[in-house]
Amino acid sequence: MSGMEQAKDEMNSPGPEAGVTMTGAATDAATGTATDTVPPLASDDEQQTTDSTDLSTADEEQSADDSPQRSRLRWKKKDMPGGLWLKCESCAQTIYRKELEEKGFVCPSCDFHFTLPGAERIAMLLDEGSWEEHYAELTALDRLEFTDEVPYADKIERTVGRTGQNEALLCGTGLVEGRPLVLAVLDFKFMGGSMGEVVGEKISLAADLARCKKLPLVLVTSSGGARMHEGVLSLMQMAKTCSALAEFRDAGGFSICLMSNPTTGGVTASFASVCDLTLAEPGALIGFAGPRVIATTLKQELPPGFQRAEFLVEKGQVDRIVRRVDLRQELASMLDYDPQRRGVAD
Amino acid sequence: MSKGKQNPAEATSPGMGFERPIREIEVQLEELENLSLRTNLDISGEVEALRRRLAGAIEETYADLSAWERVNVARHQGRPVASDYIEHMLDEFIELHGDKVYGDDPAMVTGLATMEGRRFMLLGHRKGKTVSERLACNFGCAHPEGYRKALRKMQLAQHLRLPIVALINTPGAYPGIGAEERGQAAAIAENILAMFQLTVPVVVVVIGEGGSGGALGIGVGDRVLMLEHAYYSVISPEGCAAILWKDGERTPDAAEALRLTAGDLSKLKVVDEIVREPQGGAHRAPTMAIAQVKQALLRHLDELAALGGEELRRVRRQRYRQVASILGRFPESP
Repeated sequence: MSGMEQAKDEMNSPGPEAGVTMTGAATDAATGTATDTVPPLASDDEQQTTDSTDLSTADEEQSADDSPQRSRLRWKKKDMPGGLWLKCESCAQTIYRKELEEKGFVCPSCDFHFTLPGAERIAMLLDEGSWEEHYAELTALDRLEFTDEVPYADKIERTVGRTGQNEALLCGTGLVEGRPLVLAVLDFKFMGGSMGEVVGEKISLAADLARCKKLPLVLVTSSGGARMHEGVLSLMQMAKTCSALAEFRDAGGFSICLMSNPTTGGVTASFASVCDLTLAEPGALIGFAGPRVIATTLKQELPPGFQRAEFLVEKGQVDRIVRRVDLRQELASMLDYDPQRRGVAD
Repeated sequence: MSKGKQNPAEATSPGMGFERPIREIEVQLEELENLSLRTNLDISGEVEALRRRLAGAIEETYADLSAWERVNVARHQGRPVASDYIEHMLDEFIELHGDKVYGDDPAMVTGLATMEGRRFMLLGHRKGKTVSERLACNFGCAHPEGYRKALRKMQLAQHLRLPIVALINTPGAYPGIGAEERGQAAAIAENILAMFQLTVPVVVVVIGEGGSGGALGIGVGDRVLMLEHAYYSVISPEGCAAILWKDGERTPDAAEALRLTAGDLSKLKVVDEIVREPQGGAHRAPTMAIAQVKQALLRHLDELAALGGEELRRVRRQRYRQVASILGRFPESP
């Protein structure tokens, strides 16, 4: 077992290096920042040939940092604004932008479900005009006065300016095929959808809102995990969100989490995994530790399709994969099982 | 535990370079003491002087430890681990194995415990003390079956109306292929949720490393205590430096920025009480450190025993809503 080999190496030469590989890797897991979670897609499918060098560069750039020029979505940003064509990161096919949009940001040749920006997700999911946003005013706090190369406060300001939203979570009420619900959507373009105090608070408030209004709660995730700029306070959001969901569950509430690409770290290890139903989008990377952390720790190649939605269904970890094109209808059908909707709740 | 004391010069652990001035005196002192045993020379005056110098050096070094130095103290190989607490703190321990689904994770120890007449369920990350034990325990990195083993025992504690004591000491949950296949994230998430359902008291003590989700997976409590030199963080300083600074050399800066020390966490109200360690750290006087933890545990268990189950659960849920909450609106917030 190469894990053991690795461990032995460390025991024989306990230097700072050893500390980095073992403890570093292990703890990165729960944080799973965007760096760790954006997967090299090359091993995904044997028939898909990808320019792995190009991808790994993009990989590096998708760190928790978020300079405007860096790629946040699953395509190259520079191709996006006015560009008519862009390249699928999974199968490397050149796609006509309009066609991609028409297909709901799903690659027409390989069915890869691109990470969807929050606003597009909401528009695609809800009945037109039914969205009513709540708690939009909440903006990240920098209670630790965290500074790496840039002060975290500056980073927030810049991200707010760039994205036009105050935080990574959008929360509100709406209708799916006429069925009312509370919806919370994590937006990967805001610091990798990472969970800090505000994201944790808004998830909890969404659960409270659903509890008080006796509505089902639907969560859609795409996140690198906990936001390390908020230190242990971001870790505590894992507990806080679960506290709110425990309350919601006791009140007989029905919750559904749809995991989209990617969902990792402290988000997977808390609220996203304790909903009544765990759904996933095709090809979505879902896990605790990022694949690169695991590969580095084990010094071993990962099996094909590792941590992808299909793999997780096979391993019994996900209830169901739902294609984007079917999502509204499937969700509506599922919501009809809500005991509160059926009038059979305690 | 006592092995480490035999030769202070060898009792070092990675990252403990800042203890050099202390260790030099410790080595001198030992030589002097050996000399007085071998010969009949009266050197008690010199020994006494050296002891005073040693105490001074320890006090000076430990008065102002940096965050990164504390992390290394928390990881010190001579620091008491779960098995030491079991051996020295408990009057009885009946170990219970396995998650009854997949396996028995050696990185998690669970069992029925008695301490000064108080009965409880003990959960703890297990690191092991020898090289082979450490390897067997994956250095305290638990797999999903470890978290599910803890879950089974928590449910048993609930059934038997036993309080729960959790000893946290892990670099993080294990990142591996099997761990992912068996749902590492879900195992941790389910434990966190389950700990909000319990109506028995839960006391958590961070005795060494509080590594992220792997720590929190058994770490939701009515009281959270932390040893003076333990750390508790969302990510290891090494991982944080590699990702944010893209430079492993900046690890000490990352440790500082993360605010992971007991003092920081107490200010942030994540930790309720700091348990003082013997002068120079728990690795210097393990039994004394364990005795301190025991006293704190007895006090908290007795306080919590007076509260009703529903009340405990309500306050516990509220506590985590308010900790790290910008609003603190609960439970009627909307």
